[in-house]
Amino acid sequence: MAEPGAKRHKSDDRAKYQKLASSIVPRPPLARNLAVAFVVGGLICTVGQAVMNAFIASGMTGDEAVGPTLATMILAGVVLTGLSIYHHVGEFAGAGAAVPITGFANTIAAAAMDFKREGYILGMGAKMFVIAGPVLVYGILSGVTVALIKWLSRG
Amino acid sequence: MATRRIGKSTVRFATPPVIVSAGTVAGPMESRGPMARWFDEVVPDDMFGERTAEKAERRFMGDAVKIALRQAAIQPEQVDYFIAGDLLNQIVTASFVAEDLGAPFIGVYGACSTSVQSLTLASSLVDAGFADLALAATSSHYQTAERQFRYPIELNIQRKSTSQYTATGAGAVLVGKSGGKVRITEATPGRVIDMGVKDPNQMGPAMAPAAADTIFNHLADTGRDPAFYDVIITGDLGSVGSEILLELMQRRGVPLGSNYADGGVMLFKGVRGTGVGGSGCACSALIMEGFVWKKMCNSEIKSALIVATGALLSSLTWQQGESVPCIANAIALQL
Repeated sequence: MAEPGAKRHKSDDRAKYQKLASSIVPRPPLARNLAVAFVVGGLICTVGQAVMNAFIASGMTGDEAVGPTLATMILAGVVLTGLSIYHHVGEFAGAGAAVPITGFANTIAAAAMDFKREGYILGMGAKMFVIAGPVLVYGILSGVTVALIKWLSRG
Repeated sequence: MATRRIGKSTVRFATPPVIVSAGTVAGPMESRGPMARWFDEVVPDDMFGERTAEKAERRFMGDAVKIALRQAAIQPEQVDYFIAGDLLNQIVTASFVAEDLGAPFIGVYGACSTSVQSLTLASSLVDAGFADLALAATSSHYQTAERQFRYPIELNIQRKSTSQYTATGAGAVLVGKSGGKVRITEATPGRVIDMGVKDPNQMGPAMAPAAADTIFNHLADTGRDPAFYDVIITGDLGSVGSEILLELMQRRGVPLGSNYADGGVMLFKGVRGTGVGGSGCACSALIMEGFVWKKMCNSEIKSALIVATGALLSSLTWQQGESVPCIANAIALQL
């Protein structure tokens, strides 16, 4: 028996195997994925722009229209998730569906739906941000860092 | 000196136990595949009308057990041991079904290799005289497995080129001393093998070396060559994993021929959205206890080596960057 903690398979055996395996594992269709992500992501952003234009046309300024536009897109993402549609968009478009704010809304709604069965407190309430949590934590952290740098470097 | 042991790791049963009956229940995706006609029950709603997917999975296993008992006209009280496992934490599906059944329960875990692991134990108990009738069962469910090991169901995630799809269903098999045509002749429990694959989307490539090890050991222990069997079927390597297995066996000088197939590929051939094939305990169970057993009952298959593969990871270990320890358990069925 190998020493406790030592692996029976030597690292060069493992490296050799992984080389063999990766020669057989099909490569992801990178060009297709990039193109589809670009087009679908672009379409979602175009819809967002149209929503924003509609708010501006109704008399808001550009700055005022940002909040309601984001809220509308989040609502759309949540509704499409609830109707079990958004994950098909994600399956098809990858990052094109994940990066826009509709994708962020999906991560929260999907987790909320999944954990609802464990109750509203310990399930949905506690686990709703299980995927979105890191985005919030590091988004806020980088926001604070940038603001701090800006504050320190003011003349 | 162990009298039923041959070679390094194989059990040869003294009086081979037989499969008295088997029950299989499959979900909607499984019923779209080419194996559908071999299942006893097909459930169009994967939630089985239940509020939670976990409850639904129990219904699948419970129904498989009921079908196996009904076919053999056996009452639950006549079952000496119920040996079962599944993929959920603390194998809760098996435990809840065991409570309903009422037979003495031995809970087991071998990830997706549980089908053969539980059948090996059941056969051993019967052969050694510890039991007249032992019932082995296992289940998996797409939704419960996703929740256990991956992400929420509705999350927008793109499938990787090696992703597999967890089978929804269950299989139960009743093992006895007599009353069946299909004999369980040898079993080769596998060693745990970890070749350093860390990506949980690459279960096939992670498990292929374990399958190669067990098949090689089984053939060496029994002195057989691959052509001895009408079929050699791995549990759930998927198309990529089975291609790697073929290459590994070729390199070890024991090439597998056209009698080799993978259960994951068989289950979902032509079914959209299932990646490179099925996985989960139900995958090998549905193939072994549906397709193979029934074809053996019809004498269309006379001998089969079932090699159920399992990835023994937890969601904790892969998040901590550990590679995936894998196992393959083999069992030989003969007329």
